Amino acid sequence: MDKATPLVELRDMQKSFGGIKAVDHVTIDLYPGEVVGVLGHNGAGKSVLMKMLSGAIQRDGGKILINGEEAVIANPRDARRYHIETIYQTLALADNLDAASNLFLGRELTTPLGLVDDARMEAETRKIMARLNPNFRRYSTPVSGLSGGQRQSVAIARAVYFNAKILIMDEPTAALGPAETRMVAELIGELKRQGLGIFLIDHDVHQVKALCDRAAVMKNGQLVGIVNVADVTTDDILAMIIAGKKPEHLAA
Amino acid sequence: MTDTAPPSSAAPARKGIFQSLEIDARLLGMIGAFVVLTLGFHLLTDGRFLTPRNVFNLTIQTVSVAIMATGMVFVIVTRHIDLSVGSLLATCSAVMAMTQTVVLPQTFGLGLEHGAIAPITILVGVVTGALIGGFHGYLVGFLGVPAFIVTLGGLLVWRNVAWYLTRGQTIGPLDGNFQLFGGIGGTLGETWSWIVGLLAVAATLIAIWQGRRSRISHGFPAKPVWAEVVLGGIATAAILGFIATLNAYKMPEGVIRRDWERLGCPSAEDCVIGYGLPISVLVLIVIAVVMTVVALRTRLGRYIFATGGNPDAAELSGINTRLLTVKVFAIMGVLCGLSAVVASARLSFHSNDIGTLDELRVIAAAVIGGTALSGGIGTIYGAILGALIMQSLQSGMAMVGVDAPFQNIVVGAVLVAAVLIDILYRKRLGVK
Repeated sequence: MDKATPLVELRDMQKSFGGIKAVDHVTIDLYPGEVVGVLGHNGAGKSVLMKMLSGAIQRDGGKILINGEEAVIANPRDARRYHIETIYQTLALADNLDAASNLFLGRELTTPLGLVDDARMEAETRKIMARLNPNFRRYSTPVSGLSGGQRQSVAIARAVYFNAKILIMDEPTAALGPAETRMVAELIGELKRQGLGIFLIDHDVHQVKALCDRAAVMKNGQLVGIVNVADVTTDDILAMIIAGKKPEHLAA
Repeated sequence: MTDTAPPSSAAPARKGIFQSLEIDARLLGMIGAFVVLTLGFHLLTDGRFLTPRNVFNLTIQTVSVAIMATGMVFVIVTRHIDLSVGSLLATCSAVMAMTQTVVLPQTFGLGLEHGAIAPITILVGVVTGALIGGFHGYLVGFLGVPAFIVTLGGLLVWRNVAWYLTRGQTIGPLDGNFQLFGGIGGTLGETWSWIVGLLAVAATLIAIWQGRRSRISHGFPAKPVWAEVVLGGIATAAILGFIATLNAYKMPEGVIRRDWERLGCPSAEDCVIGYGLPISVLVLIVIAVVMTVVALRTRLGRYIFATGGNPDAAELSGINTRLLTVKVFAIMGVLCGLSAVVASARLSFHSNDIGTLDELRVIAAAVIGGTALSGGIGTIYGAILGALIMQSLQSGMAMVGVDAPFQNIVVGAVLVAAVLIDILYRKRLGVK
């Protein structure tokens, strides 16, 4: 792995809600072509940490560096400027709009007159969906009428279409069946080969072992540790999540 | 990912007529209800309801509420409400009445009936509406006060600001050019009405043709040719039929005798002139087209609907939903200002109670027109049709001779029934 400049460095990140430290002095980095799993129980702080990177939550302290330079991320628009794309667990789709409107939401293609160019957006959507979900047909219905897998593919298409360099995936397979999960896994592999850096929030330790290069484990807002997935067993990772301690043989 | 769409999504071998036409079933239902309503009143009044005169009156009575209803669609789609529109209309009307009768003639020395009075007055009214609406939007969007509360306060505040500005007096008569926007006092006449009608037909047909060309050029499925022809034919017949009806409403002899030279008659006797399209209705049509384009073809409209469908998703997509709220309420304010022009011009004076209870009529029109209070769903044409249905119901009952209390009881019941039918319809379709 290229250790020269990390794609993302989250340094000493802090966030409190009321008196509770949701993220407590956490430092993680991410390199191009790397998948870092972010693990922990509910409330461990993994989603909050990622939302500070995607601009949805403002940090109380700490620094974000992109390609070695300090980045200003005050809102989701700023994050998009740094080519950070996020697939939220809730998918963040407007249910009353169709697939193309959702894919381009906030970044609509327009005609020379400045009007929204629905035909061109639908054409582009058909192109990318042909790659991600070849069976997708329902371009003119609101996404509320789509199945869980179809909705997921719209959310993924939105993250992939705009040439993301940094991808945050918050439990992308939680709502999916086995076949769909396999397709997401293949997609992650393909994006990794293209040199993207991916943060993958996941509950499934086996999936993390299969997809990730490194795993960062959090507990009660603190970072328990970051391990090379190849060096540990799934039991080691589970022990970190539950006990909040790094395994003995790695502790040195 | 595999496609697990329900079987209903599979293309049926043969589509029904309405499916091929791709007409919204809800629109069809509303038009059906409207037709039944008008035919029913026509029978009950022994043929007095669907006369050129009554159709003319019905349309000019609908304009003020319909203009505001188009803005209320945006407000409700973004999950807000505006209870202050009637009072805001009164304040805009009061400001405009004082501007044209006191400020411009006395402070700026413009003579009565000066050509600049009407345009300046209208501009002042629209800006007043935009500022007040924008202020409401700021309180809602940036300071987080619920729209219900902001506009409930506004209902009281602006009603009485209007009272204070005019000392509660009726202000009039208003400027002559200004009164042209009121309805019967300002119509296009037969020739210009036909010209506007033909332009509207041309624009409609071009829009249908371009939509089809765009779909085909991208290789998307398009409607069958016969369906496009039928739709174009219906639209053409509706537009030209409407113009013909308005032209068929002839000016009374007394009016012509008083003013035959200006009206272009050879003599005071034996001259027949149709009123034609009222300027106020033309204003409504232009507003409807602009608001529809904003809703469907601009980023602003796309963000309004996205925010209504899922505010969190809109925020995460980088949409500034707070500023959007300000814009939506400012648009509502502008439309209240324009509505105030039409309403006060129709009366030919500003009265202290102008626009009273309009907030209820406007909200009812939008809701009967299919705007969902849960947000994200609504159409401009639906709101206008809703306003037309409400006005027809009210005028029709008055013509039939229904007692005043029963009129309001029926209107209230129809509002609730319309929403109930809409909910049942959506449940059957399995959509929210």
